[in-house]
Amino acid sequence: MQEHQKKIAGLALIGIALAALPFVIGMSFGNAWIRMLDFALLYIMLALGLNIVVGFAGLLDLGYIAFYAVGAYIYALLASPHFGIHWPLWAILPLGAVVAGLFGVLLGAPTLRLRGDYLAIVTLGFGEIIRIFLNNLNAPVNITNGPKGIAGIDPLAKSIDIFGYQLHSLYLVYYLFVALAILIVIVTMRLENSRLGRAWVAIREDEIAAKACGINTRNVKLLAFALGASFGGVAGGLFSGFQQFVSPESFGLFESIMVLCMVVLGGMGNIPGVILGAVVLTVLPELFRHWAGPMQMALFGQTYIDPESMRLLLFGIALILVMRFRPMGLLPSARRKAELVEHA
Amino acid sequence: METFIQQLINGLTLGSIYALVALGYTMVYGILGLINFAHGEVVMIGALVALAVYKALAATLLPPPLILLIGFAVAALVCTALGWTIERIAYRPLRNAPRLAPLITAIGVSIVLQQLAMLFWGRSYHSVPALLPAESHDILGARISDVQIIIMLAAALSMTGLIVLVQRSKLGRAMRATAEKPEVAALMGVDANKIIALTFIIGSALAALAGVLVSANYGIAHYQMGFLLGLKAFTAAVLGGIGNIGGAVLGGILLGIIEAMGAGYIGDLTGGVLGSHYQDIFCFMVLIAVLVFRPSGLMGEKVSERA
Repeated sequence: MQEHQKKIAGLALIGIALAALPFVIGMSFGNAWIRMLDFALLYIMLALGLNIVVGFAGLLDLGYIAFYAVGAYIYALLASPHFGIHWPLWAILPLGAVVAGLFGVLLGAPTLRLRGDYLAIVTLGFGEIIRIFLNNLNAPVNITNGPKGIAGIDPLAKSIDIFGYQLHSLYLVYYLFVALAILIVIVTMRLENSRLGRAWVAIREDEIAAKACGINTRNVKLLAFALGASFGGVAGGLFSGFQQFVSPESFGLFESIMVLCMVVLGGMGNIPGVILGAVVLTVLPELFRHWAGPMQMALFGQTYIDPESMRLLLFGIALILVMRFRPMGLLPSARRKAELVEHA
Repeated sequence: METFIQQLINGLTLGSIYALVALGYTMVYGILGLINFAHGEVVMIGALVALAVYKALAATLLPPPLILLIGFAVAALVCTALGWTIERIAYRPLRNAPRLAPLITAIGVSIVLQQLAMLFWGRSYHSVPALLPAESHDILGARISDVQIIIMLAAALSMTGLIVLVQRSKLGRAMRATAEKPEVAALMGVDANKIIALTFIIGSALAALAGVLVSANYGIAHYQMGFLLGLKAFTAAVLGGIGNIGGAVLGGILLGIIEAMGAGYIGDLTGGVLGSHYQDIFCFMVLIAVLVFRPSGLMGEKVSERA
């Protein structure tokens, strides 16, 4: 077979596998696991967006979840009984992407001169500011409904009947998410090897040298923030329609850190690595939640450690261990690996 | 006018606590060029350990201030041990790694400490017994309590002690030399590893003090109390000029006053649109403004290119 045909056959196989996956999982483990699959796809989109900022451009962003929150609230406000507005999904998602992108520029503009740790702290502060506003914008005009959040948001999809066979909405959501995730993967892959992508890497490696080579570092950095943020905005809108409920609680610092960990654990700057990181960090904690309690019961006859806090505990330990022993992540990008090994 | 003086007093109290924590950030940053993200959690551990000691000694007939002192001593011991361990496990192995790596381990340490604290002390808010005299005095129509006076005094004393230590003692000279240029300091016979470990130990002892004071001030301790406090103290350190000890003190006190004034006046200024629950936003606003307009901080002499 020729190279080209092999590639097409490979893609077709992946396509069939992705199409069949929810049925296999749904039949053998139940709908709760399809839900988890949907979440894994959401996190893939988020992590790929953050990867543009952190992985490609090397700008450590600890407030990324703010853009997710912006997307989520835009969907919640424009498609719920809260204001009585019910726009269709395809009108809101692009709007969410644009507004989140604007917020990205808003964050990026004052922080252009900052690097590394300082940038991390400022972005963290930005994330907190957004959350505090979401929490308090219920007075004097009720916009976000405060800590109570917005409920009854229009669902992304309803269950449908196909020839008498009922297809659960989770499946439809899955296909929607897969399609959008594939779109985002393609966009990031095209970006990676574009003129812009190379400019990002150049800035990451040495900003002064990049500037000397004629790269407009200001615009290129702002573009990284804006594009990363708009992916986050899309994912946020999907999250909102999927959960049919949003509250400020879902957008804390820990979520930002979680997405950052997906990028770092998987391999910063490497698209397959980031996808792997997102899947591993969504599925493992979930498995853990299911097994940690019963396992302790079986071993010691009682639950010593609440599975939820054990999950976070292991999470923290994993971060430390990965940085110490495999700082390039599970699937490092070839370029990053060379750098990190050389430095170590 | 009363509001002004009252908020000034509250701000000074809060600010001296921020200053104590900011010193820990600034000392570590001065020497290693690293933000010790887990520092706020050390403060939290200090507060909760001291609380455990108060509870254990509550039944004894010791005078309350003595119980407080014992609580602080135990908390300081635990925190210094913790600070030393954190440096050994999370930072020392990564000293030559890219700058992102220690920041991420620091986040990891922070999560681990929070969760461990939650396992030991649970999710609930603990009320801290009032061990200090709770009388308050009138100053120009505003009230200042004994607790507030003691907090300011304790902070001022320990900060003076630290400044004397750094400026006058042999250890302080070694610390400054290591901060300036570790390689050259090593050639002059300074054991950089020892100095760095000592820096973490001193910073953690100050964190323990801050933990004891902040829980005495609010009467509450909680496993998540360290995060925001740490963030604000970091802001204070940046405001004063990170790496600069005098700057951390100044930045802490200024931030405390800005926050208290902001909380006191935001309602009037915005015609009641924004209330005092926006208090926490001020610190981030200050942080962003400082980093944009004067990244070297108020007292920082060198503009760090890597910032």
